[in-house]
Amino acid sequence: MKALSIHNLKKTYNNGFQALKGVDLEVEDGDFFALLGPNGAGKSTLIGIVSSLVNKTEGRVSVFGHDLVKDNEKAKSCIGLVPQEVNFNQFETVKNVVLIQAGYYGISRKQALAQTEQSLKQMDLWDKRDLVSRRLSGGMKRRLMIARAMVHKPRLLILDEPTAGVDIEIRRAMWQLMQEVNRQGTTIILTTHYLEEAESLCRNIAIINNGQIVEKSAMNSLLQRIHTDHFVLNIAQNLRAAPVIDGYEIELADSQVLNVAVPKSQGLNRLFQQLSGLGIDVLSLKNKSNRLEQLFIDLVQ
Amino acid sequence: MNYSVPFFTILYKEVCRFTRIWPQTLLPPAITTALYFLIFGKLIGGRIGSVQGVGYMDYIVPGVILMSVISHAYANVVSSFYSTKFQHHIEELLVSPVPNWVILTGYVSGGIARGVMVGLVVAGISMLFTQVGVLHWGITLAMLLLTATLFALAGFINAVFADSFDDISIIPNFVLTPLSYLGGVFYSLAMLPPVWQIIAQGNPIIYMINAFRFGLIGVTDVDIVLAFEMTVGFIVFLTLLSLWLLHKGVGIKN
Repeated sequence: MKALSIHNLKKTYNNGFQALKGVDLEVEDGDFFALLGPNGAGKSTLIGIVSSLVNKTEGRVSVFGHDLVKDNEKAKSCIGLVPQEVNFNQFETVKNVVLIQAGYYGISRKQALAQTEQSLKQMDLWDKRDLVSRRLSGGMKRRLMIARAMVHKPRLLILDEPTAGVDIEIRRAMWQLMQEVNRQGTTIILTTHYLEEAESLCRNIAIINNGQIVEKSAMNSLLQRIHTDHFVLNIAQNLRAAPVIDGYEIELADSQVLNVAVPKSQGLNRLFQQLSGLGIDVLSLKNKSNRLEQLFIDLVQ
Repeated sequence: MNYSVPFFTILYKEVCRFTRIWPQTLLPPAITTALYFLIFGKLIGGRIGSVQGVGYMDYIVPGVILMSVISHAYANVVSSFYSTKFQHHIEELLVSPVPNWVILTGYVSGGIARGVMVGLVVAGISMLFTQVGVLHWGITLAMLLLTATLFALAGFINAVFADSFDDISIIPNFVLTPLSYLGGVFYSLAMLPPVWQIIAQGNPIIYMINAFRFGLIGVTDVDIVLAFEMTVGFIVFLTLLSLWLLHKGVGIKN
């Protein structure tokens, strides 16, 4: 069964802006799925429609076989949403934010208390349960929104840039947690601006641009399509001009720094041999950008 | 789904909200009422004498109670629901499987709860100045609850359309307060010039206050049956309008 099935989804706002122009998308049960796109591409509108925050203009959405219009309550019960912006009542305590959400899903108070405790402990927020939520740090607020989204044990978890503005240590911890949640059977749809995050977490990917899906495939097969890697080389000598080596594009970024585009067909060994032949010693190298980022730029430009 | 759980979740949240900020919600009507009775009842009322055979202080008690119920039932829903929009935690409700009628019933019940609680506070204060009893319990309680329901619904619709905090104060300040003061709280329609008597009958609050007054002290300027019919009619209309607005997502969905 598909966790999410979207057919010919269109959205035109009152000001005439067409945010979605007929999107078709399917996400398999149990998948860890990345939805990427530049700002204004239609990601938030798409997620807004799936999570019932935005009215669609046309098209069909179903969640685990439940139509979002005809079988609205069952469809909604399957979804947990972690939005981009903080959207809980900042005057409530941490515990009440989660407990109230459980109540909205029809979970009895006794059960809701148990599940709230479980969710908050999972997010390492249990010791903050009696704190007024506006006093939490930025990272803790994001974790609270994940705890809230998980309290009714959704089968489909939608994470809309969950790690934006979160420091690297917490981000890594959240990645582990998301992978654990996915391993336990929850389908995850992730939008993020950190493409490294999508590349390391997600198995399948869709890229949306100008309200249309421009790419949809498995992450591995997409990455295999990248024919060129970009490297930054730190060299020992001071150069005035970039060396010219057949088969490679080389730019002089600084007198001791070279930007090199390396086609997969050419490889790095020949580059090093040629540079050595020109009397240039390479001290270190690093990837200029991650692979997905390069592909993303190619696809949306 | 068991709808009583989300309903009581919303109601509990609402009651906690207004009781937590009781110095803003429950204390002011107590002080205002005490001033009304002191100024209009004791100082001025003594010179007016009786109205329709009832002492002036006793005459104004029902109107003062119901006026507080109206303003607080309205204020609770309009401020609470607008805050949920303003802080975006309306999204918590929209993503969850709570039907629109449960959302509406929950918020309106919160408004009724505050209206009734304030009504009890005001009635308690009035007992310090006068000894008004309840003549017809059924009429009194029914009109109290219906009036609170009607104005809680009106507050909900105001909140749905509101785009700023100014928008939630315009109706209470420029419509509700004048209609309440001109709704026969402090005077009988018979005390007005004939032409104003006719104009005043276009004010729906006149009917509610008089019906409530009849329930408490047995005097009225209007037909009680008409008062109930009108109030129920408005409730039905505003309920249908609120549900339609929620269904369309007006003011709450993009």
